[in-house]
Amino acid sequence: MDVKTGLFYFFSIVLLIAAFRVITARNPVHAVLYLVLAFFQAAALWLLLKAEFLAIALVLVYVGAVMVLFLFVVMMLDIEVDSARQGFWKHFPLAAVVGVLIALEMAAVLMGGFRVNEEPHATAALGKAAVELSNTKELGKLLYTQYLYPLEIAAAILLVAMVAAIAIALRERKDSKHISPTTQVRVKAKDRMTVLKMASTQVAPLDGAAAPTAENKA
Amino acid sequence: MTLTLGHFLSLGAMLFALSVIGIFLNRKNLIVLLMAIELMLLAVNTNFVAFSYYLGDMHGQIFVFFILTVAAAESAIGLAILVLLFRNRSSINVDELNMLKG
Repeated sequence: MDVKTGLFYFFSIVLLIAAFRVITARNPVHAVLYLVLAFFQAAALWLLLKAEFLAIALVLVYVGAVMVLFLFVVMMLDIEVDSARQGFWKHFPLAAVVGVLIALEMAAVLMGGFRVNEEPHATAALGKAAVELSNTKELGKLLYTQYLYPLEIAAAILLVAMVAAIAIALRERKDSKHISPTTQVRVKAKDRMTVLKMASTQVAPLDGAAAPTAENKA
Repeated sequence: MTLTLGHFLSLGAMLFALSVIGIFLNRKNLIVLLMAIELMLLAVNTNFVAFSYYLGDMHGQIFVFFILTVAAAESAIGLAILVLLFRNRSSINVDELNMLKG
């Protein structure tokens, strides 16, 4: 058992414990923090698999952006923990059966079926030229040549998601007295001032019946 | 005993099973459901990276890259919908979300 295997088991165990705490944590803030821990362990595992760029991207994008977003939302919402925990363990027997079944079946198939362990295979398949390239460079070469079109689509998806998220969560304040610039630009001069035709002199009302007719004419 | 592809795939399977259990358990808390989905995506991505390493094929990592992109977009929109839902209903209990009468 070499160092790499030991590291693998260490990171895996911490990852599984963190994942378990995510789904059972009482406080959603703790769940988010355990999820951050899980992402860090997964990034370390990806480093063991020599996927440096993706590991760092996972930390930067997921821990740095998405998890902070989660944290903001959790802190913004006022969740009653007690009512959310009601009947929490009611579904546990079914969940445990399903989960253990998935894990055992997949582990039985995978441990027997995939005993691939020759690491030089990786460099042999990519050719000798690929040996001195870093992981980031290899990824970039593929991404900006063969996958250029999907990359553009991914960028468009991110833009659309940003616009959609802002449009969904935007709230117009009803009590503020701000002026909408679009209506302000479109206004014409004749909308600004209306001239009412009125009689220059008005007869002073003598009795109750005369006054309304005079005002109606004006 | 050296690491094989089976080790990483089993880890992915266990992580996936844990998040399935999490979806069963957290029926009342929508935000933990979203977190369980993130864990599932992490398990799948780990599988992709492991296959990419052991089979010597960079295309698996490219796919993980795109999954990360789409997952970030998904969680951003999901959280926006969650905030809007909480603003309207003052609750993120999944059982109470029956306005559509589906």
